[in-house]
Amino acid sequence: MIAEAGLAALWLAAALAALQLALVALSLRGAEGLDGLVRPAALAQGVLACLAFGLLIWLFVRVDVSVALVAANDHSAKPLLYRFAATWGNHEGSMLMWVAILSVAGGAVAVLEKRLPERTLLATLGGQATIALGFYAFLLFASNPFARLDPAPLDGKGLNPLLQDPGLAFHPPTLYIGYVGLSVAFSFAIGALVTRDVGPAFARAMRPWVLGAWIFLTLGITAGSYWAYYELGWGGWWFWDPVENASLMPWLAATALLHSVTVLATRDGLRAWTVMLAVVAFSMSMVGTFLVRSGILTSVHSFAVDPRRGAFILILLALYIGGALALFGARVGTVKEGSRFDPVSREGALVVNNLLLTVVLGLVLMGTLYPLVVESFGGRISVGPPYFNAVAGPIALILMLLMAVGPMVRWRRDSARAVLGRVVVPAAVLVVALVASFLLAPRIGWMPRLGLVVAAGVGLGSLAPLWGRNLLRTPLFTWGMVVAHFGLAVSLAGMASDSAFTVERLSATAVGGSERVGPFTVRLDGVEPTFGPNWQAIEGSVTATRGGTSFAMRPQARAFWSPPTETSEAAIRTMLDGQLYVVLGKQVDETRWQMRLWWKPFVTFIWLGGALVALGGALSLIGRVRRERRATQWD
Amino acid sequence: MKAKNQRLWLIGLAAVAMLAAVLLGMWALKDQASYFYTPADAVRDRVEPGRQVRLGGMVEKGSIVKQADGVSIRFVVTDGQATVPVRFTGIVPDLFREGSGVVAEGHFEAGGGFVAETILAKHDERYMPPQVAGAMHKSDSLEADRK
Repeated sequence: MIAEAGLAALWLAAALAALQLALVALSLRGAEGLDGLVRPAALAQGVLACLAFGLLIWLFVRVDVSVALVAANDHSAKPLLYRFAATWGNHEGSMLMWVAILSVAGGAVAVLEKRLPERTLLATLGGQATIALGFYAFLLFASNPFARLDPAPLDGKGLNPLLQDPGLAFHPPTLYIGYVGLSVAFSFAIGALVTRDVGPAFARAMRPWVLGAWIFLTLGITAGSYWAYYELGWGGWWFWDPVENASLMPWLAATALLHSVTVLATRDGLRAWTVMLAVVAFSMSMVGTFLVRSGILTSVHSFAVDPRRGAFILILLALYIGGALALFGARVGTVKEGSRFDPVSREGALVVNNLLLTVVLGLVLMGTLYPLVVESFGGRISVGPPYFNAVAGPIALILMLLMAVGPMVRWRRDSARAVLGRVVVPAAVLVVALVASFLLAPRIGWMPRLGLVVAAGVGLGSLAPLWGRNLLRTPLFTWGMVVAHFGLAVSLAGMASDSAFTVERLSATAVGGSERVGPFTVRLDGVEPTFGPNWQAIEGSVTATRGGTSFAMRPQARAFWSPPTETSEAAIRTMLDGQLYVVLGKQVDETRWQMRLWWKPFVTFIWLGGALVALGGALSLIGRVRRERRATQWD
Repeated sequence: MKAKNQRLWLIGLAAVAMLAAVLLGMWALKDQASYFYTPADAVRDRVEPGRQVRLGGMVEKGSIVKQADGVSIRFVVTDGQATVPVRFTGIVPDLFREGSGVVAEGHFEAGGGFVAETILAKHDERYMPPQVAGAMHKSDSLEADRK
């Protein structure tokens, strides 16, 4: 009954989305008395979609194997958390989660947004309903999560064990909230285009959604990178895998949008461009969904692969992006001129920021989709890290430099000389860091060296907006910007340090024997079997010693039985100055075991920086919302 | 600067930036695009030694030879049409076994052998890189994998 109730809720939600769209269309065409129904419809749709998703979670938690999806992805021996996570660890469930978040976001817009002109808000909710309808159709006609399985098996098949990890249990929801936040920004842009109302008010309404989406995307990417780092056991943190690019591209677009929407909200510039970016950002999250869910590209981590559904998402993608671009083309002429600014100004710096971000986005998109294009002409090709590193690395460094300078430039008009005066100190730090890097680390490669040097200069430069201010009175959103920019410098320092100073040791070690890696001596004390709820493992007990201090580490090689898969659980010890990373490999002979050891100085800065970036976003969001609330109270 | 001029100026700047990006991208793609090779591709295209590439195929049955140091192995990657001998020092992923799909990252040597720095793990027993699947459609083991 639960499954049937879920399906019914889904159908009802879809019907409400259709009703919502119809009400919006009629109201905008002048029908009276209908507009009051749109907000309740949006809210009810959100509740029903949530109910459907909640029921699916319940089916998974109860391991109701008479439902095909549960049977294929769940197992009764699995810990409770992963029975939850299994709900979205598969294709249908993740799509239902997507539409549930989307509808909740629509409901939230309907309830919370009070400052936007009524017609623009209606058009925005119409946009949300249109997006939701596509996904409802997808779920109801192409991938019903509630389909029954007859006869029911005795137990489910289980979840891919690599997904059995707390980090990954929360990773997809985080990313999806980010994707869906961008869909709201997209709807705002569509709404503003429909009612020819592109201006600061629309930008201010859209900004919290962009910020929210961006925070979640940042967290999602950071968490995903850390997951790949500790779970795959390769010691790497970014692989330029299509699945990773799928989350990076919306992030790049959202980052550009975040900056351009600020120009529009505060200075009424970049109107058409901001609308365009909102369309692009959501397109990127659709492209991301398509890439991940269609399995059309080779990926070392593509889950839930099904080409037929890829075609469905591709059609949706074409409809939404095509429709939005057509609307944009038709209405861009009516978007009035924004206010002007001098090339040397904060606006000017943000324009360059946007151009560079767009260029990186374009290059990543090219590299990700190029194999598809070649393949459609019968060729076969694959683009990998050498391409992405070559094109994205240098531009990213330039962006970082600009990021330090931009906040020191005044809005509207500034003099180049004054700006140069302000960047003297960070520039001097940069030069000192460069000299110091040659003295302290003469033999590292030029990319890591540049990375370290730029990180030092940018880290200091990004703190400059706080200079000479009363720190307690500095607005929260200024703090947000400073923290986010500083976080990027911290990340860059971590990346550069990891690639410059990592020490690796690979060995076949006898029990009782020890190996040296960096400043550590690592002794393999013993190897014994151990068990978990749905796996068994070989666990090594290892003692690492540096100076006079020792600590124990326990790397595991796990074997899951449903589905049968082996994973290696690296033992990672985090210290202030880096991480020691130990992987237990195969048994070589009677006494010896393979071990892989890494000493990675300051590698944690990569994710610490990511967390700081997200924190900066959160500070900004809180600051903006508080200020807006105060402004509304004064009205 | 007049408003209209400013808009034109910005559009021009954006166009130049995009054009530069496309040119940069195409240049890099031309240089780096073929990143994935099957043994047949590799034999046909004569990948220059030292360039970082991926080699994908199946581990030939009976070809894995363990070296005395305990961490190095040799094996042969095949796609049914050509074979490439591979050297690897490291811990092989859990699902690396004879007759199973493999993707090795590394470079070719002058003699035609391949030195793998990383052997990519499949996430589950059904995973098969599409490039390999395409090249290997006759293989029985692939059918078994697909079930």
